Amino acid sequence: MDISLINLIPLLMAASTPILLAGLGELVVEKSGVLNLGVEGMMITGAITGFMAAVATGSPTLGFLGGAAGGAALALVFGALTQGLMSNQVATGLALTLFGLGLSALLGQAFVGLKPPVTPDLPIPGLSQLPVIGPMFFDHDLMVYFSLFAVAAVWAFLRYSRPGLILRAVGENHAAAHALGYKVTRIRLMAILFGGAMAGLGGAYLSLVRVPQWTEGMTAGAGWIALALVVFAAWRPFPLLIGAYLFGGITVLQLNMQAAGVNVPVELLSMSPYLVTILVLVVMSAAGAAAGAPGSLGRPFHASR
Amino acid sequence: MTSTDDLLVIEGVTKAYPGVVANSDVSFRIRKGEVHALLGENGAGKSTLVKTIYGLVTPDAGTMVLDGLRYAPSEPSAARQAGVAMVFQHFSLFDALTVAENIALGMETPPKRRVLARQIREVSEAYGLPLSPHRRVGDLSAGERQRVEIVRCLLQDPRLLIMDEPTSVLTPQEVEILFRTLRQLSSEGTAILYISHKLDEIRAICDTATILRHGKVVGDCVPSQTSARDMAEMMVAAKLDTPVKHPGTPGAEVLSVDGLSLPAASQFGTALKEIGFSVAKGEILGIGGVAGNGQDELFAVLSGETRTAPDAVTFDGRPVGRLGPHERRAIGILSAPEERLGHAAAPDMSLTDNALMTAALRMKLAPGGWIDWAGVKGYAETVIKAFDVRTPGAHTAAGALSGGNLQKFVVGREVMQAPQLLIVNQPTWGVDAAAAAHIRKALIKLAEDGAAVIAISQDLDELMEISDRITAICDGRMVRPRPAQGLTMNDLGLMLGGRDPEEEAVA
Repeated sequence: MDISLINLIPLLMAASTPILLAGLGELVVEKSGVLNLGVEGMMITGAITGFMAAVATGSPTLGFLGGAAGGAALALVFGALTQGLMSNQVATGLALTLFGLGLSALLGQAFVGLKPPVTPDLPIPGLSQLPVIGPMFFDHDLMVYFSLFAVAAVWAFLRYSRPGLILRAVGENHAAAHALGYKVTRIRLMAILFGGAMAGLGGAYLSLVRVPQWTEGMTAGAGWIALALVVFAAWRPFPLLIGAYLFGGITVLQLNMQAAGVNVPVELLSMSPYLVTILVLVVMSAAGAAAGAPGSLGRPFHASR
Repeated sequence: MTSTDDLLVIEGVTKAYPGVVANSDVSFRIRKGEVHALLGENGAGKSTLVKTIYGLVTPDAGTMVLDGLRYAPSEPSAARQAGVAMVFQHFSLFDALTVAENIALGMETPPKRRVLARQIREVSEAYGLPLSPHRRVGDLSAGERQRVEIVRCLLQDPRLLIMDEPTSVLTPQEVEILFRTLRQLSSEGTAILYISHKLDEIRAICDTATILRHGKVVGDCVPSQTSARDMAEMMVAAKLDTPVKHPGTPGAEVLSVDGLSLPAASQFGTALKEIGFSVAKGEILGIGGVAGNGQDELFAVLSGETRTAPDAVTFDGRPVGRLGPHERRAIGILSAPEERLGHAAAPDMSLTDNALMTAALRMKLAPGGWIDWAGVKGYAETVIKAFDVRTPGAHTAAGALSGGNLQKFVVGREVMQAPQLLIVNQPTWGVDAAAAAHIRKALIKLAEDGAAVIAISQDLDELMEISDRITAICDGRMVRPRPAQGLTMNDLGLMLGGRDPEEEAVA
């Protein structure tokens, strides 16, 4: 039986990376006071645009950039509708998911069955030679490192930088931020674009590394998990990381258990990542409930009065 | 002609919105180091003018000159750079952020965190406004929150400080502290533009006053040499009759609350502790207190939104603690909550719809479950007429009315249903002098006609004006009610702090 930590950890890090990237993007969007329920749509759009770019150029790096661009382009639609035309964020986000699923299926018709260029692993010199720890943590592809770096970067940005402070202020009380002269709509648009790019990266990671090929609807609800993680992590980057790895870990574990033929109904195993993640995060968020949601989350903002 | 004493000269400022001219040819000047009052009813154009000075609104015409230089801020940061700072009426603070973070957001180029924290301590102590930089703003009292705003302004060495209704949420003691700070600032040469409805305060602190009506300057005066009544009449251009209270003999006890304790509903709520009092027919009981000390919780218990043990609240000798608002209305207990939009009225629905919502039962507007729309409209129009609600008609959305007019409607809607007991929370909060007088008169009239009234208010002058007896609530406890006659402001201040003035006198 092949269930040991040394095998499990690298797998779970890779399995968690898509929802971690998408969740991190959505965290920043929600911190700015915008609720974008279109994560799933942006992810799948990123998955196909990234796949197309990688296949066309033969470069996985350009593929990831293409994925980010695709996700951001879809986010721009959301931003224009909700920030420019004041449409309802919940309805627009849901529509964005449906739109993204349809658009990606259309774009992907010619790409079914193709193989993308291989994304190379980048073992970190020295560290990856360490026994046990080396293969577990320091022998991954670029995006896994990037996602971890992004967690720390988002945390530091929100906590210590002035733009991060302004972003939090806009999300907390947009009327007050406006009264102080901050450009609420512009700041939110930038956050929305960042969220779209991150969701697109997450999607591209699925189609270029995890699977790796294009199939219709391949995100299979990962965007919704990312959304839920943001709430349960109480809008904090490190708990989000824990939540994403927990989900990824149990996904990998239950797959290995299924493969090993453990005597538990398969349905129960398939259910387990969702159940355990939600349970653990509910306990976590109950403990740290004081943080709470951004005060202006999901509320439309009119500058005029 | 501009003298060197003038800090800000405003000439012919005009701003029109679709349908209304908010400011029309407004001209006045503020001298260096003076405290200048801006007076006017709700909707007279004060806030538009202030927003123009602070760069939030661009005027259609007119010029401003700040210290000899042309001044046309395109945005608040330009105003701040020019030395104009503003403390907002509804605090522009971020609850989830710390004091230091809030202050940094209001500065153009904030220093490093540690330096800023030290500056906050220094400035706040220099002006007698102690403040800890690392506390979360959401946990602060109203007075402390205002300090955050003031310190934020002071850190930028403003030449002109704009204060919009600064005292509406403060205790008398906190007002004293604020006034000391303002006098200190003014003696150091900072000019202050002070906006308030409270004419006594303006008389106490302001050097000059400019009065606005319907967007135009209609006069100026020296507040210390003008009576509050004269200023109020200039604001409304009409004779103002102050409600007069005729103390009568109270009738039989109608409502009593006994041993009421209630845990806080949320982290930010206040627990009620051992509250007991009673109200008699024909009596107005005033309940004072600084916001957040349990008024909202007590109101919810009295109106029936929060249910209690049956015996905790008795009405006409019968336990009503378990009855909801609807059942209480049926037996004559009516209430008008504080929050006009969203609690007392549904903002996007018409006045007719809003009239139906609380009056359906007592005015029989929905016989057999079918709405009698003609009757509802008639009732809404009766309220509009009787309470002089200025609106195009009963079909207007509640949210489109000015605060004062909507408040008249909300209170009127209950008063016209002839309650046995009316509970009002902050009956004239944010309402101009004329509308406030109207509402107070209606409450007094209601009591004279035999109803009992409980008025929860932060406005001590209002409590003194209308109440027969006054009590106060502090940290969820109520002090013993005392007859209003003979109470001094000092007594009231002690009561707001949860102390009994008589016991203090003995001690």
